[in-house]
Amino acid sequence: MVEQATKMKRLINAIWIFNWFNSCGFCELIPLVGSRWDMERFGMIITGTPRHADVLFIAGYQTLKSIKRAQVIYEQMPDPKAVIALGACTMSGGMYWDSYNTIKRLADYIPVNIYIPGCPPRPEAVFEACMKIFHHVGAVPPHGRKFAKAHRG
Amino acid sequence: MVVTSGTALGAVIGTIGFAAFGILCGLLYKGFDRKISAHMQSRIGPPIIQPFLDVSKFMIKDSVQPERALAWLYNAAPIVSLASVITVLLYLPFGGLTFTPILSGHGDLILVVYLLILPALAMVAGGFASSSPFATIGAQRKMVTMMSYEFPLAVVAIAIAWKLNQLYPGESVFGLAFIYSHPLWGHVGPAGIIGMLLLLFSIVVVTPGQLATVPFDIDEASPEIAEGLTAEYSGRNFALFYLADAAKMVAVGTLTVALFFPYDLSPLIGISGPVGSFIDFVFFLLKLFLVTTLTVTLTRVAVARLKVSQVPTSYWGATTAIALVGLILLVVPN
Repeated sequence: MVEQATKMKRLINAIWIFNWFNSCGFCELIPLVGSRWDMERFGMIITGTPRHADVLFIAGYQTLKSIKRAQVIYEQMPDPKAVIALGACTMSGGMYWDSYNTIKRLADYIPVNIYIPGCPPRPEAVFEACMKIFHHVGAVPPHGRKFAKAHRG
Repeated sequence: MVVTSGTALGAVIGTIGFAAFGILCGLLYKGFDRKISAHMQSRIGPPIIQPFLDVSKFMIKDSVQPERALAWLYNAAPIVSLASVITVLLYLPFGGLTFTPILSGHGDLILVVYLLILPALAMVAGGFASSSPFATIGAQRKMVTMMSYEFPLAVVAIAIAWKLNQLYPGESVFGLAFIYSHPLWGHVGPAGIIGMLLLLFSIVVVTPGQLATVPFDIDEASPEIAEGLTAEYSGRNFALFYLADAAKMVAVGTLTVALFFPYDLSPLIGISGPVGSFIDFVFFLLKLFLVTTLTVTLTRVAVARLKVSQVPTSYWGATTAIALVGLILLVVPN
């Protein structure tokens, strides 16, 4: 576990993000990319394919149809990986709380590691979540060839 | 430190040294590239060592292999890519006589120009082998780009060698050591200077295509085709591609420096020996930094990505025409 914890520190320095955003979700992360908050100074960049990603950002409300795609993307990401859910919609359905088609609690469908509340969340809160996420080592599944073997055995 | 190619041990140590130099220097220049481009967009940007942190992260990530991928080719492609870049590094002159290239007597400019295709070709093979539609589209686009930029690049190489042959008949004008020790700028007339500038412009345009950076990165194009060629690669395999990309930046930049700015500082200030070699080496790193900043960083921040159809057109049309005009201005006696 100690070895895993030291390895996780290497992840925090270079978090590559894959975005899965519905509805107004994207406007939450636009300020992070720009020059005011500039997430690249922490080594965080947005990547175009789930295979390169360490963290999956899910924002906005999810429908029964879109959650299937989110699950496929989660499966495609290599270990160790984490899911961060942004905003009120992922926690409670937000303003669509009484819709027949909206997911009310994202953790029922995808293993969410951290929820960030707010509508939209503050950029500082997103940074704090990214710094904290891999400190919860126990919550992140084992990774790498060596760990996978130990996990199976 | 002069590594001789005479002994096998010297060759092995030299190869490891050049590989380490190329990779470390490439990662450092990637860091500078990201920092400078961030400052140009009035951002703070990542730390200079961010590419090192990225690679160390990829090393602990899982290396996923798609179920329908051709396993041996899929896993061999990153290794071949990195190995071929390191082979190119063994031919290139890194500033004066500080490091004598290990394979300097065994190949010339033409070989280096065509060896630079190999890493891209390995990426294409890996892209096709990964059986992802995105990677397949990326591989096709990469091949189109490769076929387009080769001709202007060959024109530039031949123009320089042709002029050198006029000035020094009977010498091995394609040898990189010869090119590096015989600067051309002082030996050509006004028309020749314009010709050299046009050739320099063409190689500046070709470099982003070779390195797959904006505006010629149609094969990676992350918003369109999900990183293209490397769409399925993760973990250690992707780290090898990342390292190959970094080392290739050094190789391509060094080629530009060797063809157009082969000047050393030590004869100018009259210092010879190891200190002079060291000064030459530092001066070379500075030249390489300026060339990579001009060709990669400035270009990639200043312009947007071209359309798929515009890339071959601009290479086969404008860039080739400019290179040919430069060749004619350079070699026709004036």
